[in-house]
Amino acid sequence: MKPLITLEHVTKVYPTGRGNVTAVNDVSLHIREGEIFGIIGYSGAGKSSLIRLLNGLEKPTSGQVLVAGKDIGKISGKELRQARQEIGMIFQHFNLLWSRTVRENIAFPLEIAGVPKKERLKRADELIQLVGLQGRENAYPSQLSGGQKQRVGIARALANNPKVLLCDEATSALDPQTTDSILELLVDINKRLGLTIVLITHEMHVIRKICDRVAVMENGKVVEEGEVLHVFQRPQQMITKRFVQQITEPEETKETIAHLLDQYPTGKVVQFAFAGSVTERPLIAELIRNFDVKINILQGKISQTHQGSYGVLFVHIDGSHEEVAKAIDYVRQQQVVVEVMTHESLIS
Amino acid sequence: MSHLFPNVQWETMWAATSETLYMTGVAVAVTFVLGLILGLLLFLTSKGNVWENKLANAVISAFVNIFRSIPFIILIILLIPFTKAIVGTILGANAALPALIIGAAPFYARMVEIALREIDKGVIEAAKAMGATTTTIIWKVLVPESLPALVSGITVTAIALVGYTAMAGVVGAGGLGNLAYLEGFQRNHNDVTLVATVLILVIVFIIQFIGDFVTSKIDKR
Ligand SMILES: Nc1ncnc2c1ncn2[C@@H]1O[C@H](COP(=O)(O)OP(=O)(O)OP(=O)(O)O)[C@@H](O)[C@H]1O
Ligand SMILES: [Mg+2]
Repeated sequence: MKPLITLEHVTKVYPTGRGNVTAVNDVSLHIREGEIFGIIGYSGAGKSSLIRLLNGLEKPTSGQVLVAGKDIGKISGKELRQARQEIGMIFQHFNLLWSRTVRENIAFPLEIAGVPKKERLKRADELIQLVGLQGRENAYPSQLSGGQKQRVGIARALANNPKVLLCDEATSALDPQTTDSILELLVDINKRLGLTIVLITHEMHVIRKICDRVAVMENGKVVEEGEVLHVFQRPQQMITKRFVQQITEPEETKETIAHLLDQYPTGKVVQFAFAGSVTERPLIAELIRNFDVKINILQGKISQTHQGSYGVLFVHIDGSHEEVAKAIDYVRQQQVVVEVMTHESLIS
Repeated sequence: MSHLFPNVQWETMWAATSETLYMTGVAVAVTFVLGLILGLLLFLTSKGNVWENKLANAVISAFVNIFRSIPFIILIILLIPFTKAIVGTILGANAALPALIIGAAPFYARMVEIALREIDKGVIEAAKAMGATTTTIIWKVLVPESLPALVSGITVTAIALVGYTAMAGVVGAGGLGNLAYLEGFQRNHNDVTLVATVLILVIVFIIQFIGDFVTSKIDKR
């Protein structure tokens, strides 16, 4: 599919009093029409800078930013303003006008686009329905909860029927339950309107729940990129592994495993990471039946991603050296990523 | 009444009151517009804003600071030639207006600038991301979002202006200050001074009341 958003060798440098800061460093990305694309990274990685390049709030120092065929980095004035009407954006702190009601806030981008008043109100009411804020039309932002404010933000961003929705840490100021409801709304909108969504976050849960593909950012660079399920199963970079662990391994897991390694001097403690339909197979039963090994399940967890389930299982396999190796080989052939745990592998 | 205030000529008193109201009213209206323009320019030319311009900002800032710092009574005297040139006289209510406005507008401009700086940068950015022009941002974001502060600022300025009109009165501008000075002080009619003072206080209280009322009505935060 042809990409809706293309970044080619994009670099963003901020000149500051104390030298230059390279916030985005030679990033190339292709985001497809209709997908939910996540960008994850720690604070200061350059995520906000990157997403702001997509609607021209920042200009690239070098490289090219194409969104829906428009060279966002080059255009300015009226052309840029018109391009921006096709790119909705929502923010961590909502950025609503407190002096306007819910309905007036949602109608604001329509005012900017020069839509006549009657149509504006009609469209605003449709959007209020879409985001589930019926009954709150005339409330002011100060009378809304965080989740409701973000719904207004979403409705406002969708008012001009954009092709792309940019989300800058849209759920970071919300509690887990509200986060889930906002994420569900985003998925719903993505499906119903076929809207392309680019979101940035520092929480792997957000990526897991709704993204199709993910890019991992570190120090201004995209260090890893791919299908969410694939990246979950086969994280390459240290930073990606750490993000994946946010989901698969609760903090205490490491300690537990370290403890088990000491406790079981023979055999091996291994991690199985599997995705998709493999999660539904009786893998452990097959191992016990086909190989002369003893298996002790230590810990397991299955998470749902937007693309299917993803599971991690820690087991202790005991038996002769050969049988254990054969068993592990067998698992590897089943599209399962196996990692033999050692004290060293726990340090990361 | 005439027993309590033997020297007060009520007709003159009402005339002086309406002169004070006239001077304050016109000065407040012009100050609001001029101060808003200056304040917007100060804000928009400052660092990180749409019309960022060091030189322009420094010039406007210097102008505002100078006129804000000159004591009002001295400003009146300094402006005598200017007033004569544009009003034709230095006596009467209209002659007080240039000094009143030039004294108050820079004062208000600073308040406008502070009010604008209080606006969340994110909201301005959201408007930009929607494709708003600078004009739209000024009239649909900056002004409405800072309106309570703009109104309470003009309230404070209006009260200061009532005081200025009284001072201007001493130099010949008419109004309650003029009456209190000529009739009350110079002819030693304390009852006239007292009534004029009470009327000025009433004007101030009414302005404060209206200002507070409007501010609370429009503040939806
Ligand atoms: N306008 C600016 N001027 C100078 N430096 C900036 C500017 N904006 C961002 N930076 C710097 O660029 C780097 C990347 O910032 P950015 O806001 O893009 O990171 P981020 O990944 O969004 O972080 P966070 O999760 O904290 O929001 C940081 O070192 C930051 O200090
Ligand atoms: Mg950020």
